[in-house]
Amino acid sequence: EKQQQFENLDVQLRKLHASVESLVFNRKELSVNTASFAKSAAMLGNSEDHTALSRALSQLAEVEEKIDQLHQDQACADFYLISELLGDYVRLITAGVFDQRMKTWAKCQDAQVMLQRKREAEAKLQHANKPDKLQQAKDEIRERVFALAVKPNAGFSDLRVFFSSQKDRVKDFRVVIIKYLESLVHTQQQLIKYWEAFLPEAKAIS
Amino acid sequence: MTSISEDIDLNNDASLVIDIPDALCERDKVKFTVHTKTTLSSFQKPEYSVQRQHEDFIWLHDTIVETEEYAGLIIPPAPPKPDFEGPREKMHKLGEGESSMTKEEYAKMKQELEKTVQVHEVFLQRLSSHPMFRKDRNFQIFLEYDQDLTVRRKNAKEMFGGFFKNMVKSADEVLISGVKEVDEFFEQEKNFLLDYSSKIKDATAKAEKMTRSHKNVADDYNHISGALNNTAADNNTAFKKHLEKCAEVFEKLRKVEDRMASDQELKLTELLRYYTRDIQAAKDLLYRRARALADYENSNKALDKARLKGKDVAQAEENQKQCLQKFDKLSESGKKELTSFKARRVVAFRKNLIEMTELEIKHAKNSVSLLQGSIEILKSN
Repeated sequence: EKQQQFENLDVQLRKLHASVESLVFNRKELSVNTASFAKSAAMLGNSEDHTALSRALSQLAEVEEKIDQLHQDQACADFYLISELLGDYVRLITAGVFDQRMKTWAKCQDAQVMLQRKREAEAKLQHANKPDKLQQAKDEIRERVFALAVKPNAGFSDLRVFFSSQKDRVKDFRVVIIKYLESLVHTQQQLIKYWEAFLPEAKAIS
Repeated sequence: MTSISEDIDLNNDASLVIDIPDALCERDKVKFTVHTKTTLSSFQKPEYSVQRQHEDFIWLHDTIVETEEYAGLIIPPAPPKPDFEGPREKMHKLGEGESSMTKEEYAKMKQELEKTVQVHEVFLQRLSSHPMFRKDRNFQIFLEYDQDLTVRRKNAKEMFGGFFKNMVKSADEVLISGVKEVDEFFEQEKNFLLDYSSKIKDATAKAEKMTRSHKNVADDYNHISGALNNTAADNNTAFKKHLEKCAEVFEKLRKVEDRMASDQELKLTELLRYYTRDIQAAKDLLYRRARALADYENSNKALDKARLKGKDVAQAEENQKQCLQKFDKLSESGKKELTSFKARRVVAFRKNLIEMTELEIKHAKNSVSLLQGSIEILKSN
């Protein structure tokens, strides 16, 4: 059941990672399209025969160029901070999950083989008519069957240990998220600066 | 709701005030509520409220285009058909008993509605603010008639036959640029309009791509928020609280980013789209004047021929006189129209650029404060 939880986490982090990759892609597209619009606005400004409007359109083109650069920088932050972080987690968990699965499966296999051998031995003892040895064999089999039912979880106590070392991971995660949010703040503050500089230009059209 | 082209002329004249206060998006059409307030005696009542569909607007536009009397005027461009492809499919499914629209689909439908109402409203306001169009008989019917216009529309179609519409549009530019222009004003206007027309078409296309990308980024924030919530949902690790907090931040960011994108679309992209169409209407005027000039030149040639042959001279003289009159009338009214067109364009750009900039600043400030709030909370944990 813990196994299931771990596997769910794997799937969910992959989905999250994919969404962030989409964000990086679309932000890059936005940057390209903003630059393209900037050029077009500049051409329109050149063509405009009303002087003040022409100047305002050229200024608009310049603002959009600067904004394009902002988008590029933000896309980098998207990628290097979040996307890579998530990628690391996905890799870790995949390795962890796979590793544990292998260990657990191997242990299970061994236990099954031993149990089979003990059963064969018990069968032999039954015909040999040694009641003490037979009882001993039966007890051992019962123990092994019980252990087999319980043993899969032994693998997962290891997982629990893995997860509690996640306390450091959580700290990492928080630090990175804060850094990322701060990068978004910076972008927005730059946007405010650029648009506030443009506003008087727009008002100057007469 | 402010209109794209609201300026010193549009809708400030209280004698005829029109707005579209409401629009319903039904399964396969949009129903606009057209509200009119008037003090003009030509109207029967001082106030009207009628239901109109997009096709009714097109009918009105077409009848105006095909009215000879208006040949010397810039005809306000017809509003484009409402584009509800995605939401319409959803509404269709709703009718068949499927689950309701998501929050995002509903928001997108609202944005489309906002855009289409704006452009239909401006069309009517351009007509009402023009000294000649406001007196148009069909315009009055459009505003007053309290029944469905469908029947009248169908009859009108048969009557007019769509003469102008069948003309090949590409012939316009050749004819306009081929005209030997003696009038300095028209020469300049022609050169300006031909150049500006291609530039604004390009700017419109690029603006469309830009705002679409912006909306995609907002959508990504939405998906990230959802994925974070899913991850937090069945996790009891220390991660959980942080994941939920992050999901919340991204959801709020999405709302702001989406509003930023759609405001930019309403103020910038729609502005460019509208003036691309309006420039075309101005070019159409130049085209009609060029045709009138060509007719006049032909009538001159015909008169010379008639004089040589000594036959039908009086008729040819009359024809020449009429052609000249028509050309002069178009030139005179055309000059006025093109001059006021420039003024209108400048005012509209100014207004929309200012509004767009103020909105972008407002949204960016919102983003900053919500982000800083979230950073504080995360740091304090």
